[in-house]
Amino acid sequence: MRVSEKIIEGLLWLSAVITILITIGIIWVLLSESIAFFSEVSIVRFLTEKEWTPLFADKKFGIMPLVAGTLLTTFIAIAVALPLGLTIAVYLNEYAHAGFKQVIKPMLEVLATIPTVVYGFFALTVVTPFLQGFIPGLAGFNALSAGIVMGIMIIPMISSLSEDAISAVPRSLREAAYGMGSTRLQTAFGVMVPAASSGIVVSVILGISRAVGETMIVAIAAGQQPRLTLNPLVPIETITTYIVQVSLGDVPHGSLEYRTIFAAGITLFIFTFALNNISFWIKKKYQEKYD
Amino acid sequence: MNKKTTKLEAKELNAYYGDFHALKSINIAMEEKNVTAFIGPSGCGKSTFLRTFNRMNDYIDGFRTEGDILLDGRDIYAKDVRVDELRKEVGMVFQKPNPFPKSIFENVVYGLKIQGIKNKSVLEEAAEKSLRRSALWEEVKDKLNQSALALSGGQQQRLCIARALAISPSVLLMDEPASALDPLSTAKIEELIYELKSEYTIVIVTHNMQQAGRVSDHTAFFYMGELVEFSKTKTMFTSPQDNRTQNYITGRFG
Ligand SMILES: Nc1ncnc2c1ncn2[C@@H]1O[C@H](COP(=O)(O)OP(=O)(O)OP(=O)(O)O)[C@@H](O)[C@H]1O
Ligand SMILES: [Mg+2]
Repeated sequence: MRVSEKIIEGLLWLSAVITILITIGIIWVLLSESIAFFSEVSIVRFLTEKEWTPLFADKKFGIMPLVAGTLLTTFIAIAVALPLGLTIAVYLNEYAHAGFKQVIKPMLEVLATIPTVVYGFFALTVVTPFLQGFIPGLAGFNALSAGIVMGIMIIPMISSLSEDAISAVPRSLREAAYGMGSTRLQTAFGVMVPAASSGIVVSVILGISRAVGETMIVAIAAGQQPRLTLNPLVPIETITTYIVQVSLGDVPHGSLEYRTIFAAGITLFIFTFALNNISFWIKKKYQEKYD
Repeated sequence: MNKKTTKLEAKELNAYYGDFHALKSINIAMEEKNVTAFIGPSGCGKSTFLRTFNRMNDYIDGFRTEGDILLDGRDIYAKDVRVDELRKEVGMVFQKPNPFPKSIFENVVYGLKIQGIKNKSVLEEAAEKSLRRSALWEEVKDKLNQSALALSGGQQQRLCIARALAISPSVLLMDEPASALDPLSTAKIEELIYELKSEYTIVIVTHNMQQAGRVSDHTAFFYMGELVEFSKTKTMFTSPQDNRTQNYITGRFG
């Protein structure tokens, strides 16, 4: 008994350590390659130049067009996923019958299991032509369709985490609201959603970091043209798609062009790392509220 | 004294949780501006009955009633009754204090705000009035914008009473409102109930015989879903008519 417990403890410790080591390894590779990059291209140039053309003869190393592309698609995705996801969560919690809930929840989970490449083609071949029907200026590759479809992909994440957060609100609060003469709608949006707000915010942040890291949909549907713009109707490129583009191309190892992907990578890493930490912090800060 | 009017009434009320028969043919008439205590062993149906008066059981799958519940002579289970309107007339205080995770002020004015009242001075006036009524004003008047969750349990419960009073109901349902509180807070709540009965019809569920004796005018004893005995509290405690009542109040079971 004692011995087996020690062994299990050891295994748990080992897996924790391996996880940490892998993380450190990734950060180390990212850092060392990008330090090499930044020794040739100054951080100021990296942050202030308005163009990103490392693969052209006239090289420009401004990351901002990629950041803008990433933020734009992410913003569109969240603008789609938050209202829909939250509405679904509220509906499932306050209105749906238990039986209906049991049918709809697994169906939502299915949305999350569709390969992103399928979503990408859906954006390119269905959503874009559909939108072009009433947005005449919409380019064949654009941030809008990619963002919308990315939002659809994120809906289950937001709805299921928000649903968990709402159903974790003590039943006594719902009774208090109903007892005061609240309608269902007033109870849901006036009491339950605010009381679950920390969990909902966490779901949104996780959704954002999913969107920021999403590659395939934007690679297929958004055009791979770095452009410093917030116009959703034209082709753009995100940080992730740039990394894919270069990784798949024939850029020589160890060259400056090759190192740009690490500089882009570390930018991305900083984004998602910050987002995950914020969500962790929010979770922790508000967790004790009801205990 | 002039003749008392009946405020709340149940006629041949039966209630079921699915197949379980929780309330059996209950008939009772409660007078206006009176305190009625519901007593009885755990699981006898006190809460179930109490919650039929503001239809709080509506949300439980499989719950249904037969018979009538009348408020001022109107059947509250009638089709044209809106539950949200009903609950503005019949306020409720729960066993565990359940303030919203909002400020003290926002808690008190919640009921008014959902009715669409936005005028700041109207809300402030109502908040002060209700907090004074629930004997909490002096303790919280300087921290109305602080979170209600920072108050003590007893204060939270009085806040919940203030919140219920703010929408001026005529009936106040209380399900063991003091069972989670210390003796001092309990005494405050009892005192409050005593004062409130000049304006409200109050129904209180309690497990505490002394409490029932102290605060109520009438007492109803329930046993296994039946209303066994309903009479003046004094009468019930001095000369109970039914054996089961006698056994219960003398502590032989429950
Ligand atoms: N949601 C429910 N579903 C099914 N049965 C229920 C439900 N709520 C209560 N009951 C049953 O109905 C009966 C009466 O319950 P109720 O809560 O009214 O009792 P009570 O007299 O208030 O008890 P206590 O003094 O413990 O609060 C009990 O047998 C209980 O098991
Ligand atoms: Mg009860």
